[in-house]
Amino acid sequence: MPDTDDHGTGAEAELAPRLELRAASKSFGAVRALRDASITLYPGEAHALLGENGAGKSTLVKILGGVHRPDEGELLIDGVTLSFSGPAAAREAGVSIIYQEPSLFPDLTVAENIFMGRQPLRRARRIDRGAMHREAAAIFARLGVEIDLERPARGLSVADQQIVEIAKALSLGAGVMVMDEPTAALTTVEADRLFEVIRTLRSRGTAVLFISHRLEEVFATCQRVTVMRDGGFVRTAAIEDVTVDDVIRAMVGRELSDLFPKTATEPGDVVLEVESLCSQGVYDNVSLTVRAGEIVALAGLVGAGRSEVARGVFGVDRRSSGKVKMDGRELPNGDPIAAMTAGMALVPEDRRQQGLVMDMGIDQNTALASLGRLSRSGLIRRSAEGALAAEWTARLQVKYGRLRDTVSTLSGGNQQKVVLGKWLARSPRLLIIDEPTRGIDVGTKAEVHRILDGLVAQGMAVLMISSELPEVLAMADRVIVLREGRVTAEFSREQADEDSVMRAATGQLSGAAA
Amino acid sequence: MSAHIETGSEPWLSRAGALLRAREAGLFLLILIVVAVTAVHNHDFVGSQSVQQLLSGAALIALLGVGETLVMVTRNVDLSVGSVLGLSAYVVGDLFRDHHIPVWSGFVIGIAIGAAAGALNGFIVTVLRVPSLVITLAMLYVIRGIDSLMVNGNTIDPSSIPSAFTQVGYRTILGVPWLAVIVAVVVAVVGYTMRSFRSSRELYAIGSNPDAAVLAGVPVGKRVFTSFVISGTLAGLAGTLFLALHAQVDNSAGSGYELTVIAATVVGGVAIFGGSGTVVGAALGALLLNTINQALVASRISAFWNEAIAGALLLAAIGIDRWLSLRMARSLTSAQGAHRDV
Repeated sequence: MPDTDDHGTGAEAELAPRLELRAASKSFGAVRALRDASITLYPGEAHALLGENGAGKSTLVKILGGVHRPDEGELLIDGVTLSFSGPAAAREAGVSIIYQEPSLFPDLTVAENIFMGRQPLRRARRIDRGAMHREAAAIFARLGVEIDLERPARGLSVADQQIVEIAKALSLGAGVMVMDEPTAALTTVEADRLFEVIRTLRSRGTAVLFISHRLEEVFATCQRVTVMRDGGFVRTAAIEDVTVDDVIRAMVGRELSDLFPKTATEPGDVVLEVESLCSQGVYDNVSLTVRAGEIVALAGLVGAGRSEVARGVFGVDRRSSGKVKMDGRELPNGDPIAAMTAGMALVPEDRRQQGLVMDMGIDQNTALASLGRLSRSGLIRRSAEGALAAEWTARLQVKYGRLRDTVSTLSGGNQQKVVLGKWLARSPRLLIIDEPTRGIDVGTKAEVHRILDGLVAQGMAVLMISSELPEVLAMADRVIVLREGRVTAEFSREQADEDSVMRAATGQLSGAAA
Repeated sequence: MSAHIETGSEPWLSRAGALLRAREAGLFLLILIVVAVTAVHNHDFVGSQSVQQLLSGAALIALLGVGETLVMVTRNVDLSVGSVLGLSAYVVGDLFRDHHIPVWSGFVIGIAIGAAAGALNGFIVTVLRVPSLVITLAMLYVIRGIDSLMVNGNTIDPSSIPSAFTQVGYRTILGVPWLAVIVAVVVAVVGYTMRSFRSSRELYAIGSNPDAAVLAGVPVGKRVFTSFVISGTLAGLAGTLFLALHAQVDNSAGSGYELTVIAATVVGGVAIFGGSGTVVGAALGALLLNTINQALVASRISAFWNEAIAGALLLAAIGIDRWLSLRMARSLTSAQGAHRDV
């Protein structure tokens, strides 16, 4: 008979954590991006970090990488409490971040990219190229990857660039590697090679924090999983203790309260018809219709190709095949002017970069899409600009000082209203709006929703892209889900719920088939 | 194992790389062709007198090109080099004439003037964060203005320059002008340095991807500042050598040089957006432009063609670079497409 209760003497219990983040919080202004988050990484484990868009994953990554400093909480590496003064300090402590789009020096060779600023030296502090190449070759050999060390980094595939970043991290002796959605831009073959590399890293005792939206990858590669939601940590579990269903439930599971109550409308004629829209490597065979008086939401994860579809429909980017029809008339490819003339308007995702000219006045920005109407013999009438801007700022209740103030002086929500006003001034038949309420405070958010609701009630057709599931579910009459450039599901307002949309977006359709 | 992925395009890339590396060889060949073709019509063109003229004439532009390369590699530009050359040439000449300073101190003062101007440029670019195009353009005019005020009709003529100094301009060693030897030594030293030290590799890193350079811990401001100081210093040295070569300085000395220098460096393979190029290439670019210039004179072709040919060469240089990078990009995407599944 055993006289001692000897469980928990497995290897894992003996191991000291390589990295520990305890009760970390971080706020940006009024927004709490991260609250009371804790995570522990052991040497030799691949740990998955999961969560919806905006759950706080990137904030966490940036804290680990020394880009942000937590307002509260503690960070321990190998049991020692540290405070990173910047990315260099994090790297020094052995934490390396591999971003989705690595930043290399395109003109320099692969070997130099790895050792920039740390090249091995020989006599008289000259660079020892022989040693540099030997060390680089040794690292790639350890990773089991072949790459030409002498070639310039320019033209390397994203997958190869990531491998170079991983090699750089290894040469720095990184004990912790954080990979932020590394597989999002990779083909299956390339992703498989990355998993092989992760396995090698683990066997050498590196702790890997792996962020991915592809759940099948997570279950195949990782030993433990942590799920985040709304800036907080929901749970951490060993991978064999959870199912895909558990994980999805943990990622969503939010109440649909205090959202704008949408007015029920009766949709009219088809305004926009998209048939088998393709753009090689970006999206594939996307078909959809939007009728007058309805909001169609394009849902999906970041990088699923939603904004790209919008750009293809509007004609900013050329499509490789497929048709776009407005009111039954086909639009020419790659011609946004024709799309505008046909009554289409596009409010882009990034209002600072794409929606507004930040250094121009509120009046000039509002008038920007209506200049043809506002000018006489080619000269813009500033009085007409002012009148137009006054009308739309009043209708959308923009809060501003003077109309001639630059839009950069406005808050995010009011800037968004100016972009909206700019397009609504053209009285479009179809409004494509990409992330209508990103980075906007709750109050203005409800106002934007009220404006959209009002427009639809008057018979406008709206195609809305949103990464916020509650917004999608509250506003949309129909939901079309995109995953990796393809339409994976279409739901009516009644059918759509968080679970079914999330499943379609992450490619876990099996459970939702019932 | 299964982790090995065929990158596919190596042969093409290394060939393209070799071609780019062979830029210097190509320039050299082009120079020889121009010389040979001209010599067929005019045998004097390969005479020792003529070759010396060729080298001396290219030396100053090549020297300025070395400094310009350092600045351009960091994704900046120095438009003030011609004016700095003019100022340094006049001040040193003036000191010889009115204060009879010793010959060696002429070099020290000329170089110091250039270094000071370069430091000012570098300070404004890195600390006050004014784009280098703007500030060095302003300095081009400011320094030229100061120069004109100082000259004020009182030009330097050969009689006021000590002969020990002008010897530097016309003496030769084994048939090669001292001037060319000095510049060749500078090119060799800087060229070797640009390959072999961390700090100089960091200049390339800055021009190649400024954000990544910051992340890699490169002291960007310090490096860019240094590149401007070196460019100014070499312009100061070039001014001193200008005085030795011509022994005559008025307020237009070196004006317009900045564009010739940039043309020479670009023809020599230095990327205008930074990140790549060598000082040897820049020096050979200067020699090529000057050789063509002299060849036209020797062939009695109108000087109008000189600028037209320089322009055509620039277009060719940019065209070849663009074509090569497009070819590389295309061969890579097709290699990637091959193993992109579905």
